[in-house]
Amino acid sequence: MNPQAIIDGLIAGSTIGLGAIGLTLTYSILRFANFTHGDFLAWGAYLTLTVAGVLGGLAAGLGAPVYPFSFGWGLPLAVLGGVALTVALTLGLDRILFRKLRARGADTIIIVMASFGASMALRSLLEFIFTAKPVYFTNALQIAKPLGLGMRATPDQLMVIGLTALMVLGLHLLVTHSATGRAMRAVSENPGLAGVYGVDVAKVVRVTWIIGAGMACIAGVMAGLLVQIRPYMGFDLLLPLFAAAILGGIGSIPGAMLGGLIIGLSEAFAVQIIGAEWRAAISFVILVIVLMLRPQGLFGRKEA
Amino acid sequence: MTALTLSDLQAGYDPDLPIVKGVSFTVSKGEAVCILGPNGAGKSTMIKAIAGLVPCFGGQVQLGETEVTGMPSHLLARNGVGFVPQTENIFTRLSIIENLQIAAQLLPKPERPRRIEAMLDMFPDLAARPRELAGALSGGQRQMLAAARALLTEPEVLMLDEPSAGLSPKLVGQVFETLRRISDTGVTLVLVEQNVRAALALTHRALVLVDGKLAHDGPTDVLHDGRFLGELFLGHRAAEAGR
Repeated sequence: MNPQAIIDGLIAGSTIGLGAIGLTLTYSILRFANFTHGDFLAWGAYLTLTVAGVLGGLAAGLGAPVYPFSFGWGLPLAVLGGVALTVALTLGLDRILFRKLRARGADTIIIVMASFGASMALRSLLEFIFTAKPVYFTNALQIAKPLGLGMRATPDQLMVIGLTALMVLGLHLLVTHSATGRAMRAVSENPGLAGVYGVDVAKVVRVTWIIGAGMACIAGVMAGLLVQIRPYMGFDLLLPLFAAAILGGIGSIPGAMLGGLIIGLSEAFAVQIIGAEWRAAISFVILVIVLMLRPQGLFGRKEA
Repeated sequence: MTALTLSDLQAGYDPDLPIVKGVSFTVSKGEAVCILGPNGAGKSTMIKAIAGLVPCFGGQVQLGETEVTGMPSHLLARNGVGFVPQTENIFTRLSIIENLQIAAQLLPKPERPRRIEAMLDMFPDLAARPRELAGALSGGQRQMLAAARALLTEPEVLMLDEPSAGLSPKLVGQVFETLRRISDTGVTLVLVEQNVRAALALTHRALVLVDGKLAHDGPTDVLHDGRFLGELFLGHRAAEAGR
């Protein structure tokens, strides 16, 4: 077996894990499976691309690749703008749709269906604005460098893995060691009681959307940087995202990341062992196995 | 001085079927009041409506001179209302100290460590293992953590919904001893309780709720005679009160 599958799996797993973190947070605090999350990834990538284009127009030097990467300083700056715009999109969607449904006490299935509809609308809107033709953050070519043991990776790919590790660590520390994180965990366990404790639940919901949208945008940019940007890129990632969040245990940030890496590695090995046409089926198989054997996931708690 | 006033309060889950049907009473500052009544009388619904957890359909709730009817629970907590629900009153997936730290967020930053220390001094069982998950605590210890959390912010009114529910007689004794110490500090106490004997021994005044209406409001001494209370619970006196 080619050990390159390990690097390929880690790279794919980084994007999946980062996306799954946002999904698991919104699931644990808002208590519904948010189908729009995949589209936040795609919107994050397109919005960042748009901001990068504007920045490139203002200062041409920002687009010039910075060695050893394939992109220039414009992209990290554009990510800041892309994150802000994705957060605005997410909070706007919550305001006009999800918050109204929550206020009415709508059943979870109604909110899930609403998110499914919103997901299709967001995807169609992307296709309408940007067309279905794939676009790229950069046209620069990168040569994969040998890492030893027969594995190779480009500097962009290694940057994605390192940045993901840093972000997961930072987010984990935020949730476990800060007042905001404590409030998030409290709302996740019992929103009514959190209010009695003095926690502003609406504010915690906003913070959750902001973190989820930020993670989705960055995951979208990573996927766009390493592969390509397409309106369906988020939708195609939706099943692996759900599989990773459920495998890790709903609400667990390290769990979502580990789940993402397991899904990424499984897909990469499946490509080598049984063929590329089975890659997409792996997430589904893992999801079914987890739901049957350990529905609470690796780090989740069994419901009483 | 009045701590809490209810004026013709109507509350419940469906406006067409209110559970609390026009209840009025006042609680003075530092007073300890128990709310008694048969199952389904609306005691818990009323206390939850005061705490902002159940919708109010009519009437008023005042905290001191401030109207707080329908105010969200987190704002009520900031306005001096401490509420301890009957069940699920602590965060079991958070540690003991984290439960206290969340409540302490309502206080100015410099005061937080001092108040948390004060609560751990008041409840030595909790001080012994502050980093332990609250879910590992026994029933009595959970009630103590819930009371410590509510007291931490020095509320003007502390409301407890059946703090003895599901506890062994020994633990009930411990919980009521703790409540007595709390009451002695001058906190206004509103207690919903099924353990009538213990509640009457702790409080100065009893309100009896029957079918969502106030059937009796008076000193606890009168109710030590079980027959009077029995008549209230069974409806005879309630019918008279309603006339």
